Amino acid sequence: MKILVPIKRVIDYNVKVRVRRDGGGVETAGVKMSMNPFDEIAVEEALRLREKGIASDIVVVSIGVPQAADTLRTALAMGADRAILVQSEESPEPLAVAKILKILVERENPDLVILGKQAIDDDMNATGQMLAGLLDWPQATFASRVEKTGDGLTVSREVDGGSETLSLTLPAIVTADLRLNEPRYASLPNIMKAKKKPLETLSAADLGIDLTRRLTTLSIAEPPTRKAGIKVGSVAELVEKLRNEAKVI
Amino acid sequence: MTALVLLDAEDGAIPQTSRSAIAAAARLGDVDVLVTGGPETIEAAAASAAKIPGIRKVRTVSGEDFAHALAEPLAALLVALAPEYDHIVAAATAIGKNALPRAAALLDVQVIPDVMEIRDAETFVRPIFAGNALVTLRSSDAKKLLTIRTASFDPVPAEGGTAPIETVTPPACRSKSHFVSAEHSSTERPQLEAARIIVSGGRGLQSAEGFKILEPLADKLGAAIGASRVAVDSGFVPNDYQVGQTGKIVAPDLYIACGISGAIQHLAGMKDSKVIVAINKDEEAPIFQVADYGLVGDLFQIVPALTEALG
Ligand SMILES: Cc1cc2nc3c(=O)[nH]c(=O)nc-3n(C[C@H](O)[C@H](O)[C@H](O)COP(=O)(O)OP(=O)(O)OC[C@H]3O[C@@H](n4cnc5c(N)ncnc54)[C@H](O)[C@@H]3O)c2cc1C
Ligand SMILES: Nc1ncnc2c1ncn2[C@@H]1O[C@H](COP(=O)(O)O)[C@@H](O)[C@H]1O
Repeated sequence: MKILVPIKRVIDYNVKVRVRRDGGGVETAGVKMSMNPFDEIAVEEALRLREKGIASDIVVVSIGVPQAADTLRTALAMGADRAILVQSEESPEPLAVAKILKILVERENPDLVILGKQAIDDDMNATGQMLAGLLDWPQATFASRVEKTGDGLTVSREVDGGSETLSLTLPAIVTADLRLNEPRYASLPNIMKAKKKPLETLSAADLGIDLTRRLTTLSIAEPPTRKAGIKVGSVAELVEKLRNEAKVI
Repeated sequence: MTALVLLDAEDGAIPQTSRSAIAAAARLGDVDVLVTGGPETIEAAAASAAKIPGIRKVRTVSGEDFAHALAEPLAALLVALAPEYDHIVAAATAIGKNALPRAAALLDVQVIPDVMEIRDAETFVRPIFAGNALVTLRSSDAKKLLTIRTASFDPVPAEGGTAPIETVTPPACRSKSHFVSAEHSSTERPQLEAARIIVSGGRGLQSAEGFKILEPLADKLGAAIGASRVAVDSGFVPNDYQVGQTGKIVAPDLYIACGISGAIQHLAGMKDSKVIVAINKDEEAPIFQVADYGLVGDLFQIVPALTEALG
């Protein structure tokens, strides 16, 4: 089985993101960039399927600026076999990303695409579902367990009331939730080895996909900040405040 | 303009989250609602939906394909109904987030997730970077598909209307995914998204056993129970308790955070609460920066004392 894992380079999850003064975007100068945490989980799941003898070939792909090659190298160091960078000036919207991924799927013929459930920069939570729609493949989003059963997959997914289990025929789309696994760190020897693994570069423009954004940003603002309140000295004082000042109990 | 709102029909009832989505859609024009479900529950769900005031009509689709809200048949259905509508709307729940982007791709539309504010028919505000920035955007798509951040819209009432009900025949869809089983965590408590008060616990509760200390407090307050990711990952409580960027987004009147440090990913899910109380032994914990009332100390002493003090 061949698995394709799309990974996105995003501002590291530990960074407190700030809106630029001019309101044109968020501060990115000198900010640490990392692989989207959900995508690390997606890569890890692919590796585990290979270790179980289910997957043979793992291809990682990223669409974005040239520096996304570093993110791909990280995935190669974790253990992926091959990488594809589709260069574009910035990351396109999920619809365009899904269209680019569809072209790569048609070229690479994977049996399974594992994406992250959401990119923690734009928080869209859409690309996997959109790709599944474009390919007319089944989808199991927000996955917390993936198993190969017979010719297909059995996937548990996190839903609002708990979890549910689906069976899917292959080829299929899975999006990884936080509890699917805990991703490994790349070891130093593997980081060295990753430098020699194949990384192919394409240009988004050459793929013939219209990257024009459908959603135009009019402005970006900081949310209203919440003022820190007071520290109370005792449980009795807390109850008094909640009853008589906040009037919430 | 006319909007279609996909409702989450659970066991024949329409949840508050869906009524928040209706409230949002009502700002866009006339509202039809779409109720889907298995043959056993569809009638009750349609009847509940028809009682919601302000709806033009209720459209129902029933069938085994729809019993478990799978994305494939839902998306195919939305695509079939789309020509009649300018906007297709759903609550940003597990169902809406699963089905709407798929339908949007089939319609060649960029879905707009987690809408917090509707400026006009094509201009919307949504959070990015775990809510650390709010983007105002304009969609150039002919049709708009949006999911609604339900904590940002007061729900319409559940009762008072008498909308007509119309049955729709769904398009043929040969689903390649099938429902196997559900493991729903059962609770007598209010749903997190609908609760007026939430008592929430984090790593500070130490264990599943320790976490139970929150129950008498929640009982006294009639509160729902929430949790941080660490509390869920550590197995103290089931996954659907998680509040945050990747869990549930809540905005109750009162949120009591016990043994939660206040990571940005957690704050993303609760910082719009009206009143926040933090109980934490570390006076430097970031949760105190958003708390209206902070109490520094050991939660294993404070929580029982607070329960007691509520009488
Ligand atoms: C992609 C991504 C998504 C995430 N999504 C979410 C999300 O949706 N929701 C979420 O919550 N997190 C999320 N996280 C995790 C988040 O970054 C934090 O790790 C998590 O919120 C911390 O949980 P916590 O506050 O329970 O634990 P900790 O940060 O360990 O804090 C425990 C707190 O308990 C206090 N404490 C300990 N013992 C006591 C005691 N006896 N009495 C009083 N106080 C005590 C400590 O002082 C400390 O402040 C996400 C992370 C990533 C990378
Ligand atoms: N520019 C990109 N390059 C590669 N993968 C992406 C890109 N954008 C999104 N993805 C994938 O789609 C998932 C969901 O992203 P989103 O829909 O933007 O929240 C991510 O976790 C990635 O797996």
